[in-house]
Amino acid sequence: MASVSTIDIRKQFGEVTAVDGVSLEARDGEFMVLLGPSGCGKTTLLRIIAGLEKATSGEVRIGGHVVNDLPPRARGVAMVFQSYGLYPHLTVWNNIAFPLRTQGTSREQISRKVEWASRLLGIDHLAHRRPRQLSGGERQRVALARALVREPTVFLLDEPLSNLDAKLRASARSELKGFQRTVRTATIYVTHDQVEAMGMGDRIAVMDHGRVRQVGSPIEIYEYPADEFVASFLGTPPMNLIERDGGSLGFRPEHFLPKELLNGFEVQEFQFRVDRMEYLGSERILYGALDGRAAKREVTAKLPAHLALDGISAGAWHPFAVRERELRYFDREGRQTLNR
Amino acid sequence: MTAITEFTPRPRYRFLLDRAELLGPLFIAPAILYVLVLVALPFFLAIYYSISAFTIFDPSYRFVGAKNFFDVIQSEVFQRTLINTFIFTIGAQIIGLLLGKFAAMLLMQDFPGRGLARALVVLPWAVPVSLATLAWQWMFDSLYSVINWTLIAIGLVNAEHPPQWLGQQDLAMIAVTVVHAWRLFPFGVVIFIAGFTSVPKDVLDAATVDGAGFWRRNYQIILPIIAPIVVIALIFGTVFTFTDLSVVYLLTKGGPINATQVLGSLAFQVGILSGDVAHGAVICLFLFPFLLIAVVFMLRALRRREI
Repeated sequence: MASVSTIDIRKQFGEVTAVDGVSLEARDGEFMVLLGPSGCGKTTLLRIIAGLEKATSGEVRIGGHVVNDLPPRARGVAMVFQSYGLYPHLTVWNNIAFPLRTQGTSREQISRKVEWASRLLGIDHLAHRRPRQLSGGERQRVALARALVREPTVFLLDEPLSNLDAKLRASARSELKGFQRTVRTATIYVTHDQVEAMGMGDRIAVMDHGRVRQVGSPIEIYEYPADEFVASFLGTPPMNLIERDGGSLGFRPEHFLPKELLNGFEVQEFQFRVDRMEYLGSERILYGALDGRAAKREVTAKLPAHLALDGISAGAWHPFAVRERELRYFDREGRQTLNR
Repeated sequence: MTAITEFTPRPRYRFLLDRAELLGPLFIAPAILYVLVLVALPFFLAIYYSISAFTIFDPSYRFVGAKNFFDVIQSEVFQRTLINTFIFTIGAQIIGLLLGKFAAMLLMQDFPGRGLARALVVLPWAVPVSLATLAWQWMFDSLYSVINWTLIAIGLVNAEHPPQWLGQQDLAMIAVTVVHAWRLFPFGVVIFIAGFTSVPKDVLDAATVDGAGFWRRNYQIILPIIAPIVVIALIFGTVFTFTDLSVVYLLTKGGPINATQVLGSLAFQVGILSGDVAHGAVICLFLFPFLLIAVVFMLRALRRREI
């Protein structure tokens, strides 16, 4: 067991800077999520930590030791790949046993560990199948078992749920989280899916263009986004940002409510012209614009569907408001500030 | 609004080509004709010749039963030829595919001039076999051999008695095998490059993280994964070599004293050059059982790959 940290990691592919000075730490036992749009450098960073890619500059430390010059096999890391990377010609049993064989583990110890790992993940009945005879969810578990079996110091997971269908993904998410709680190994999990990040991460590092924009707990990231990128990357729909002298004002769609619902609170009031409405079962999304300076940007409001929409109709202006404590302010560079 | 044009049925024959039950047989017919006329007919003709006394001097179809077969099997030249054919085939496969694998591994690396190197490797394929063999003939020449010159220069052979590559029986066999391996080599390279690029990157990365070094990655992961492709290449090369006579015929004409004779060249010599069509046909038919086995293996390998 150990922590993993990167210190000012930089990676150039020719002219392109994939990772641009990332310093991060995943503490012992922590579930750290790297979240960002595709091409933001999160997978490259993960591959650098695994040793599959060499950083142009910077340090990778595992358990306090600099591992830059160690090959992947000497780093004690285990990795689960997006398409799992199972060995197609080997049975499930031999797939799981492979990392032990490379370490020269004794025969009886191999079979003990393989059985332990496959029982933990509920795949012991699949031992003699080959990967192509397995479903997506089963493959993912085999990949996890193979990662688990050598008792690594750190788990690296590269979008392991992206090949599963939506329903399976939800259950796999909680299983994976529970599994990590059981083994208590530092885990770095790469994803572009904010639901996965919010649901699983102890902490989330939001990345964009090779840089870390913010590191924090899911609540911190969502409630207090460090900058406009984080604010507009998280949330469906994302945070409303409206121009305000030299910076911008942000508020979440779910905090943007008809004024009469916020009677008795300290609020800021807006005139909201509703252009169209979407009914999504549990909620209603209202799209529209504000009057005045910010008229150009689209603004959304998210209302619980059970709320009666008395008198709210498309094309008309309505008084809406946001509680003062839910307003966020961003400066000219897009960073969050406290002064209004 | 424009008026809708009235629907008038067109004559039926205008849609004949839209009908699969007509078009299908029409398109498959040339292939079937080809197989019947140029494959099946010669094959049955060969069987017929082999049990007759047909020669070009006496083109009669007198039935002689299995006599021709006993003649051929008992002939020492034929026995030697059969052994030669196996040495030639297996030797060329091993050398060609093995070197092909190493070359493919090198050509997978990123280095300046890789495109040119890849093009050069494929060159033996593009050169007509007669031209290429002529070049090899000079390299093996008794007086001007560049191979001997090199060996003498580095002191490996005696300048007084340089090896006669095409004149000594064992050396001649090595020479034809090497030239044929050289012809197979580009095929091996292409097959292995295709195989290597078909291995998913995630699988290789997983093996690296799982602690597999170079050898383990190559022989426990990559090779088993590309095995079906390699097997097909091997069988294809075997069939191609087993039936081939061009290198032998152009380089040594089967000599010296039949030391490099293979089934193809012997059949050509006996059946065509000497005019003994019946015995030539028998020699040809000896290819058949071996090729049949090869084809069965090939089809099985293909099917295993599909699953």
